[in-house]
Amino acid sequence: MNPKHADLAEQFIADGSRTNWHDDTLWFVREKRDKAAHGLPEWEQLREWASQIKNHTLSNLSNYLEQFEEHAKANGIIVHWAADGDEHNQIVHGIIKRHNIRKIVKSKSMLTEECHLNEYLSHQGIEVVDTDLGERIVQFRKEPPSHIVLPAIHLTKKQVSETFHEHLNTEKGNNDPQYLTEAARQHLRDKFIESDLAITGVNFAIAETGGFVVCTNEGNADMGAHTANVHIASMGFEKIIPKAEHLSVFLRLLARSATGQPITTYSSHFHKPRPNQEMHIVIVDNGRSRQLGRADFRNSLKCIRCAACFNTCPVYRRSGGHSYHTAVAGPIGSILNPNLDMKANADLPFASTLCGSCTNVCPVKIDIHEQLWKWRQVIVSEGLVSTGKKAGMKGMAFVFSNPKLYRLAGRMARWTMKIFPFIVSNKLNVWYNQREMPEVPKQSFREWYLENKKK
Amino acid sequence: MKIGLFIPCYIDQFYPQVGIATLELLEKLGCSVTFPLEQTCCGQPMANSGFSGLNKGCDANFVTNFSGFDYIVAPSGSCVLHLKEHLKDESRREESQKIRDTVYELTEFLTDVLKVENLKADFSYKVGIHSSCHGQRGLNLSGMTERMLPFFSKPEQLLKMVGGIELSYPKRKDECCGFGGTFCVFEEAVSVKMGKDRIDEHEANGVDYITAWDSSCLMHLEGILKRQKSRIKIIHIAEILNSRNSASYKKI
Repeated sequence: MNPKHADLAEQFIADGSRTNWHDDTLWFVREKRDKAAHGLPEWEQLREWASQIKNHTLSNLSNYLEQFEEHAKANGIIVHWAADGDEHNQIVHGIIKRHNIRKIVKSKSMLTEECHLNEYLSHQGIEVVDTDLGERIVQFRKEPPSHIVLPAIHLTKKQVSETFHEHLNTEKGNNDPQYLTEAARQHLRDKFIESDLAITGVNFAIAETGGFVVCTNEGNADMGAHTANVHIASMGFEKIIPKAEHLSVFLRLLARSATGQPITTYSSHFHKPRPNQEMHIVIVDNGRSRQLGRADFRNSLKCIRCAACFNTCPVYRRSGGHSYHTAVAGPIGSILNPNLDMKANADLPFASTLCGSCTNVCPVKIDIHEQLWKWRQVIVSEGLVSTGKKAGMKGMAFVFSNPKLYRLAGRMARWTMKIFPFIVSNKLNVWYNQREMPEVPKQSFREWYLENKKK
Repeated sequence: MKIGLFIPCYIDQFYPQVGIATLELLEKLGCSVTFPLEQTCCGQPMANSGFSGLNKGCDANFVTNFSGFDYIVAPSGSCVLHLKEHLKDESRREESQKIRDTVYELTEFLTDVLKVENLKADFSYKVGIHSSCHGQRGLNLSGMTERMLPFFSKPEQLLKMVGGIELSYPKRKDECCGFGGTFCVFEEAVSVKMGKDRIDEHEANGVDYITAWDSSCLMHLEGILKRQKSRIKIIHIAEILNSRNSASYKKI
């Protein structure tokens, strides 16, 4: 069995200073988001509009997708449909093979992470260079990204320096961010110039125009798409929005929620291929239509991948993205991934205190913590919890259904804790590892009430 | 006005002084309060673990005990939120719906129903406010830092009526303490780390007490404080609002 969130989180936390730094860094991003959002008096209105546009779109998805396809084709874009990750990868591979291309650059796309495109292509002997700085760092290290906006946020400057020393031959021990960034810049510049094919993600696809928008801060999507003769854009089908004017809602929310910027440095609008360029769009389902059919979870598809829920989540900040063992971590990942593989991801909806911060920070009003609660019910009803937990819960439910038994159990527990504290104050009691047990009172409230109040 | 007092199971067993303070406070404010003797639990521990399907008996017992009151009041935002969202008894739908509509967390009952404007309470200590999440974000007891709306706080409004009290918020005003029900044992490492971080911020403020509207958060924080041999104590908001004289105040 693969390690679960709780175990991976424990490993992460074992490095106390790294955990504090990770927590503080992401909290700093959350605070930047707060300041940016405070700057817009219409913030809550924007969230409501964004939510309604997405709800409407999800309810009319097939129409908008067909509209998009029609307009994109009219613009000269080649449109592909992929039912799952494998089909997506095969389509991309097919295009690469047809052109007999070896040099490929890719800007950030969580969808290609979800479909494991790099892995697939490398099995075919094709190397893809990730051009987002953070993604390039984790790619060198053969690690998955730990955050959908800040892929290398789990690493320190020193670790980046070591990685670059090994792969880019930078000076050993030089941890200066400017020096390291410049080295990456030179390295990536060569890759851009050499490349014949660029893969990008899609932030928004517009049904009315058949165009799409890609948001980056590094301009790497543009560098790739503008130098290569073939551009493939991969998108999950929920990226569709009806009209170009709706960008005025989403672009204002996206960067403010993600990093506290008013807008991403580059918001690039692609409408048609350049002369002699080939432009492809791969529209991917990969479990999304199944999620759309789950009444309780469909609105998770409103997500615009800003990661505000990551940055606000007190559990994510202290456990790191890799503890979620999936492409999309954090609270949103914990409601998306059980749909992809319920058994493998049965632990994720439980990696939360249900504090509700994610739901309230979400720019498109996804009721994330309520869906976490609902996934727990589904996972239990599918029998995906341990028999020990099941037995314990059954016992508890039985005790709480029988007032006399409840009182007896309470008295016994208090009596035991008082007379034989070592029965609970020991290593088998997880609570006691790092916490004292509550002090046992002389009587329960009910006993006090009967003695003092009951006439 | 007939009020049913719901004392959540772990308060009944481990923190009776919170129940006593709640009852005394309501009675001082002129309420006629009954404590139904056969009550047990709201059902949240099972439901939050994914076992809401096991709650039929627990829910039925709750409905039996709490039907027929004008209001039900409990000193716990978390249990009240659970009841409001999930209590159901298929054979007594009307009664369970009425309970969902009339169950109140203590502080919102004081501010919204009784409309309390002053309290004869006195508590001369520096108190750090821990904003228990379920009451705050679930029941809207106060505004929150995630939302861009004017700030308000029902618990703070009441605490400000207490004589001699000095209030403070931690640097991260409304971050979760990490209790989270069974999360506190199944995700022990994260849970304890979250609690320690809350405590560090209160410590930096030099508080004497940490208060909250959920004893579950406080039980978790108390466990860590005691292990650290900290001088900071925990106290439920009901105990502060009911406290008469700080000089003679002691744990019951």
